[in-house]
Amino acid sequence: MNFDLSSATALWWAVIFSGMYHGINPGMGWPLAVSAGLMERKHSALPKALGMLAFGHLIAMLAILLPFSLVTALLTWENEIRIGAGLLVIGMGVYLLINRRHPKFLARVHPARLALWSFLAAMAHGAGLMLVPIYLQICAIGAEEVGHQAASTLMQGNIGNAFIVALVHTAAMTIAGGILATLIYFWLGLKFLSKTWFNLDIVWAVSLILVGCFGIYSAYAGH
Amino acid sequence: MNIKPDPTFHATAQLAMQAPVENYGFTVMLSPDGSQSDGIAVVDLNPESKTYGTIVHQVIVPNKGDEFHHFGWNACSSSLSPLTGHAFLERRYLIVPGIRSSRIYIIDVKEPLKAKIHKTIEPEEIFAKTGYSRPHTIHCGPEGIYVSTLGGGGEDGTDGPPGIFIMDCQTFEIIGQYEMDRGKQDKHYDFWWNLPQDYMVSSEWGLPPQFENGVVPDDLLSNKYGHSIHFWDLRKRKNIQTIDFGENYQMALEIRPAHDPSKSYGFCGVVVDTTNLQGAIFTWWRDDDGVWQSKKTITIDPVPADPDDLPELLKGFGAVPPLVTDIDLSLDDKYLYVACWGLGEMHQYDVSDPMNPVLAGKVELGGIVAHHKHPNGKDFAYGPQMVEISRDGKRVYWTNSLYSTWDDQFYPNDEGGQMVMARVGDNGGFELDKDFYIDFPKGYRSHQIRLEGGDCSTDSFCYPNV
Repeated sequence: MNFDLSSATALWWAVIFSGMYHGINPGMGWPLAVSAGLMERKHSALPKALGMLAFGHLIAMLAILLPFSLVTALLTWENEIRIGAGLLVIGMGVYLLINRRHPKFLARVHPARLALWSFLAAMAHGAGLMLVPIYLQICAIGAEEVGHQAASTLMQGNIGNAFIVALVHTAAMTIAGGILATLIYFWLGLKFLSKTWFNLDIVWAVSLILVGCFGIYSAYAGH
Repeated sequence: MNIKPDPTFHATAQLAMQAPVENYGFTVMLSPDGSQSDGIAVVDLNPESKTYGTIVHQVIVPNKGDEFHHFGWNACSSSLSPLTGHAFLERRYLIVPGIRSSRIYIIDVKEPLKAKIHKTIEPEEIFAKTGYSRPHTIHCGPEGIYVSTLGGGGEDGTDGPPGIFIMDCQTFEIIGQYEMDRGKQDKHYDFWWNLPQDYMVSSEWGLPPQFENGVVPDDLLSNKYGHSIHFWDLRKRKNIQTIDFGENYQMALEIRPAHDPSKSYGFCGVVVDTTNLQGAIFTWWRDDDGVWQSKKTITIDPVPADPDDLPELLKGFGAVPPLVTDIDLSLDDKYLYVACWGLGEMHQYDVSDPMNPVLAGKVELGGIVAHHKHPNGKDFAYGPQMVEISRDGKRVYWTNSLYSTWDDQFYPNDEGGQMVMARVGDNGGFELDKDFYIDFPKGYRSHQIRLEGGDCSTDSFCYPNV
């Protein structure tokens, strides 16, 4: 069997992998969970912090995906939308490559407001955008499978897809970040905090560009 | 930008203590009369080196009359803050302000023996972008480098209150004033913070006319120098509480919070109590209701003296005041070092219980009347002043000058710059190292010391000790 990059299975794996990828990136917040556990001097603060970070991330994903789920109803412009979305994601990647400064406003958030911080961090880094081409492809496959239905039915399905994609992605992110945070909190110690911390800035920006290119390619390849 | 965090950034104070020891120190070279340019001396601190304990390089700036005083790093352990997510700055540049000229030099010390000026920020830019003058304390924190100033606008720095401004930690562009609501704060000196708990504490010396041409005795006796500390909501940039120690506690200077960010206390040194000439240390802490409190926990008595042995300024008192001009807290939050610049003493207090400090050691060196000699037999000009502790807490370095015009008032017959080092015993106590004594080049005095890789008054840690 040919492994098709655009098959539904591959796409769902991409949602999971992108979640794990976001999860291990310290920029998405796992060090905050370690810090919360240590500052409050109780273990329960760690999962609580992870929960708040996950909530903020989930909202940020939905804030990006839901508007796209609405425009997918415009079936006649499907390709234009997918190409536009791909260009947008590439643009964000290029922007992050050129502007290597980190958003200062994140430092203005109170250390205890983890959900807000997580939401803003995800928005500032285009974390939601990274999912858009994958999500649109999932919607496109869905539309093919069910044939031409009423736009409203399709839109409902796509809204549902947006929630599922955001939830699966956030769950994968939380598990990956949670494993790292737990390992460091209970076993490895804070020395490993700086040892496991890699500069993902360029990799992150390139990821956005690649995902954007995939979006445009798959629009042309015609699913 | 590095791929991994700078190895000199540490998550906790504990990890910083276990890190490799310092090989170099950076010390201010001050030309008190402005006849030469000020500079930064690079001191070899590696005992294995042939040039150990000597000045191995000097960065002399092109201007004169800057008056170097305090300085700090472009980045420190605060870069590991979980809120930034980007720990890839380099600890590479020293930010060195001139408190007389208001000029700031950015000195690249990546290769200490080839340290050089990277950028100069002219006073006009600071005046225009901040409305402040006379930059002083440097700390690297959220959003960039924070710089406290001693003066407001105008020729004599009294047009508006002094405060803090923020500078970009990569481009060194000046961003602007920090404060959104300064409350009662109208003077400034030192500041430091607890990043995870999101508070800052600032202190007060006096306004520029009160120090630039020397201490003003009338102002001191009428208690017009600073005597309050201010607590800030760090990220809201708002003064949330001001504690007035009492107007007789003149010149509340260094702020030393506990290094472990799970603790909510710290210390502040007061130069002189005008009712009895004592020096004092206050412990400040946050109580269970979230209200800031303070209590005087250390007093140091003046020593009676023959007026003939005293400078003009002190003749009327017939005593030498201790003059607590600098304090520094070891990274394990255990020992507080207190410089008694007038007496010629450095004290070591065990502050394991911050409310009940216990004197654990004392070194005598210099002094207005005592003139204690160094164990190597040489004189020590003035008294122990700017003190810096190695990260592992085993070596304590200090220099001798307070401030050009003040040195001349309190020690009219002394001149020169020296840097010395004391070794700390395993169970407290400390003694001068006979072989460590750096005499500064002729015409230069010495002031603040910074240690390669960070020290006990630069780094802010974002995670508690385990």
